Amino acid sequence: MIWNQSCECMSREELRDLQGKRLREVVESVYNNTPFYKKKMDELGVKPKDINSIDDIVKLPFTTKTDLRDNYPFGLCNVKMKDIVRIHASSGTTGKPTVVGYTKNDLKNWTECLSRCFTAYGAGKEDMFQISYGYGLFTGGLGAHYGAENIGASVIPMSSGNTDKQLLLMQDFGTSVLCCTPSYALFMADKINELKIDKKSLNLKIGVFGAEPWTEEMRKEIEDKLGIKAYDIYGLSEIAGPGVGFECESQAGTHLNEDHFYPEIVDPATLQPVTDGECGELVFTHLTKEGMPLLRYRTKDLTSITHETCDCGRTLARMEKILGRSDDMLIIRGVNVFPSQIESVILGMEEFAPHYKIFVERVNNLDQMEVWVEVREEYFTDELEKMLALKKKLSAAIHSVLGIAVPIKLVEPMSIERSEGKAKRVFDKRKLK
Amino acid sequence: MIIKQLSVFLENQTGRINQVTDVLGKNGINMSAFSVAEGSEFGILRLIVPDPEHAKEVLKKNGFMATITDVVRLVTPNTAGALAKALNILASEGVFIQYMYAFSAGETANVVIRPNNIERCSQILKEHKFDLLKADTSYQI
Ligand SMILES: [Zn+2]
Repeated sequence: MIWNQSCECMSREELRDLQGKRLREVVESVYNNTPFYKKKMDELGVKPKDINSIDDIVKLPFTTKTDLRDNYPFGLCNVKMKDIVRIHASSGTTGKPTVVGYTKNDLKNWTECLSRCFTAYGAGKEDMFQISYGYGLFTGGLGAHYGAENIGASVIPMSSGNTDKQLLLMQDFGTSVLCCTPSYALFMADKINELKIDKKSLNLKIGVFGAEPWTEEMRKEIEDKLGIKAYDIYGLSEIAGPGVGFECESQAGTHLNEDHFYPEIVDPATLQPVTDGECGELVFTHLTKEGMPLLRYRTKDLTSITHETCDCGRTLARMEKILGRSDDMLIIRGVNVFPSQIESVILGMEEFAPHYKIFVERVNNLDQMEVWVEVREEYFTDELEKMLALKKKLSAAIHSVLGIAVPIKLVEPMSIERSEGKAKRVFDKRKLK
Repeated sequence: MIIKQLSVFLENQTGRINQVTDVLGKNGINMSAFSVAEGSEFGILRLIVPDPEHAKEVLKKNGFMATITDVVRLVTPNTAGALAKALNILASEGVFIQYMYAFSAGETANVVIRPNNIERCSQILKEHKFDLLKADTSYQI
């Protein structure tokens, strides 16, 4: 199902015209109302009149998370405080939170985006939504809440935690759509199993999962354990919150609501745009936001985009799964290498344990990279040739993804450290010199 | 006789083989045959020990990856041409040898063979009356 046919299936030419028109308006507005952007644009010698189509977006300055922090809390607000009706904030790992403000129109547009998501998943008026994202400063709970109400569904504003109560209401109220983080969904699924609740006694049909990265394996596991169809919802509070993007029934990438948030993919090193299908950093520009519109906001998320029309009929661009963070990028002999690309190859091969190390050094002025992996015990054989063949297989798979040859070293089991949190995987010795 | 050989994955690091022999020694496990196959940065250590399953568990507990492989153990007289005779017969019967290692002690020579077809190799050697030690005695010299 499609919530807003005219926006979601508009021809690309029409959409580009609309984006160009909206971009011009937003640039005009921030230039006149937000000193931060006036200064940035003046430095680049760009005036609002230079923006005549969406292609002119490349003339505009980028915005980073640091810019948001430096202008904490309301320095990037583009309207008077009296016009701000909602404030959300995301807690940074360090220092002060990142703050965003919404006008009435911003909330309306955000709710529209969420309505598109939920409709795409097949949800509607008859559904009972259990919103188990946190309510509060985090955008997840309230964002999903208003979207679900807008499509006419019944909403249980559960918030996160208190799993026993979650499961009680899920059974008694007949929840059909569950919105939470994928890891919390798995946690609930295991609890359901543990309490021996018959999943057939539940009315669950659809899962709306986001706010953290998850894998296809997790999707399968959640779908099997809960007997539902699990969909990805993408968002980040700086741009709106959940609903920036969503999967359709074709599950062939995440559609981006690009009539509101214009996406670009740029090379994180040169900041130059890359072509469709090429991996780079995702950048968004607000096209309709009033409260705190951002120009070319660098998400640090790595992915690629296609503009081909989807099987579902939507013309909205689709992005691939988020591959990792641009901060992690390595440049090896001039080629951009993301450790997450290597990781996904290793995770895709059952012969190897899901742990690895990447070593980079410079020998005779040439970058050398080596990947260390552990062969799983079941695949260890007494035959040297078979072991060498395993190495070759991994090396060929990595070569086809990165386009450069990377030597592989097979190491002993458990020799690569395991850790609960983020393990250090990359050892770039070039920086030590 | 078909016997069980223990194969251990080893990174090529100084002292790593010693650590295997140390672990086995401390656990009272005696090796009767020993060979190393080497790749560029890792190797496979092949061992004949009295109770390979037990030795595998002991090594695993100490962080080593090991696997058990069937091999043929053959005893020939320690005289010129004795091994050649056995190998000629296997070759003429079309048995391909992936690897082998041998050592002599006194009057006899012990040969460990990993053929492509282990049943057939064992059968052929039996038919030609080669001395294939029984499992209970073959783990010792
Ligand atoms: Zn689609």
